Amino acid sequence: MRGLSAWRAREAKAGLLLVAPGLLLLVTFLALPVLASLVLSLTDFDLYAVGDPSAARVVGLRNYARLLHDPVFWKALGNTFFFVLVGGPLTVSLSLGAALLLNHKLVRFAGLFRTIYFAPVVTTLVAVAAVWKYLYHPRFGLLNAALGLVGIPAIDWLGDPHWAMPAIVLMAAWKNFGANMIIFVAGLKAIPESLHEAARIDGAGAIQRFRLITVPLLAPTFLFVGLTTTIGYFQLFAEPYVMSGGDGGPMNATLSVALFMYKQGFRWWSIGSAAAIAFVLFAVILGATLLQRRLQKGSEA
Amino acid sequence: MRRKTLATLGVHAALVAGAVVTLAPLLWMVSASFMSAGEANTSPPPLLPGRATLDQYRELFVRLNLGRSFFNSALLASCAALLSVVVNAAAGYAFAKLRFPARGPLFAGLLAAMVIPGQVAMLPVFLLLRSMGLVNSYAGVILPGVASIFGIFLVRQFASSVPDELLDAARIDGAGELRIFWSIVLPLCRPILVTLGVLTFLGTWNDFMWPLIVLTDDTKWTLTVALASLSGEHVQDTELMMAGAVVTVLPALLLFLALQRSYIDGITAGGIKE
Repeated sequence: MRGLSAWRAREAKAGLLLVAPGLLLLVTFLALPVLASLVLSLTDFDLYAVGDPSAARVVGLRNYARLLHDPVFWKALGNTFFFVLVGGPLTVSLSLGAALLLNHKLVRFAGLFRTIYFAPVVTTLVAVAAVWKYLYHPRFGLLNAALGLVGIPAIDWLGDPHWAMPAIVLMAAWKNFGANMIIFVAGLKAIPESLHEAARIDGAGAIQRFRLITVPLLAPTFLFVGLTTTIGYFQLFAEPYVMSGGDGGPMNATLSVALFMYKQGFRWWSIGSAAAIAFVLFAVILGATLLQRRLQKGSEA
Repeated sequence: MRRKTLATLGVHAALVAGAVVTLAPLLWMVSASFMSAGEANTSPPPLLPGRATLDQYRELFVRLNLGRSFFNSALLASCAALLSVVVNAAAGYAFAKLRFPARGPLFAGLLAAMVIPGQVAMLPVFLLLRSMGLVNSYAGVILPGVASIFGIFLVRQFASSVPDELLDAARIDGAGELRIFWSIVLPLCRPILVTLGVLTFLGTWNDFMWPLIVLTDDTKWTLTVALASLSGEHVQDTELMMAGAVVTVLPALLLFLALQRSYIDGITAGGIKE
């Protein structure tokens, strides 16, 4: 009996020892900073306070109140929502479309196509954003040249405030659809072929089978893909940074919340106000996560 | 029979069209990187260089010293991958197989923390690194990202399939817990550790926001930060920028092609309910 309890104690000690480095790092670089960020967002911590933290004063909710009255913040929030609400569904539909094609019974070389479609996912965002910047060039860009072939006049993709955000959406969809596609393919593979077979014998057409078998059985995959895409897209940063030369232009048309936070915090050193922006972003992401969970539950009931 | 042939043709036509659109930006990047200066900025834009040249690459490595950034990126990505594998494997295995106090609540806490966007922690982490004298250092880039909740999950899921009998047998033979972790668990978990290593390597290689914030000295810059700075100064030099993009993207693509299976396993691991 004593042997067993000594054994248990040793196991507990080893367990704590093995989780300690990871947990310690997560507490130091995630948990405590998140709390510190909340505190910072209630102060006027600025460049002077970076040198001497005692210079910072508590200002209550003033940073948040100021954000509510800042048209640039609303612009950034609107841009970010546009990116999530237009880019998200576009990316997920492309992913699903590509997955359905790859999963088609008649397909040869599915592995090759899968690799090609997935390639943009592993590329470096900063590098491909630079590539797309030139593809979007109004005079020398390939995109306008291709559109010109079918008679569409040149668009100043990144220079025109109306087109800059759609241009970023398009690039992001190209870059990211392969990741979700892989997950959809795995989800589709998990659906037993016998179900489709049985439905076919019962006279169900391809569209009916998609609606009655594929869609409901793919629902958990949809939730996962929808959630990760939404959370990732809310954090939009490098695309507009590279494409607008770091300022979110033209006329703040590509300024995202994360880029706004970066500019406030790391360019102007208004750290209190930047922390407030980060918390608003957190709240928005948390809200979107809960909403999607709720919707999913609702559709299952 | 005819219908089936038509369907086969249609599906493949769609797949090929998709592949062309997907590859076009990358192929043009490679092609433009071999053009002479100014060649890409002509109308209509040329698809292929008139005469392929390595001038842009020479400019990057000889005059702009991009080799230094390449080395920085490779070093940081390798160290981050190695550290991340060790730290997250230890925690993942412990959560999967060892009973210790507060295991359940700790794990639930990790689960909940997954929704926190990285940006929320960035400002305090920067101030913390500053007080530790780690701003503008390699450690400052790597350290905050070593422990990863996703990584711990990944290993935990895999390690739960290690049979308890095996661990107990080793205990009866008198092996210590750390010895069991090192000589039995780690080798058994090799596939998922490779996955985690590849994901971390590529994540660090491709990362932009954090190295941009931490690294102020251009000799310490990673490729992404150097490239973004280059694109500000050399905005007109399309061909030079494309050579820089090739140098940045190519290693990531090659690593992915070599270890494709491991990488894709990692991506799908979270998506499918077991």
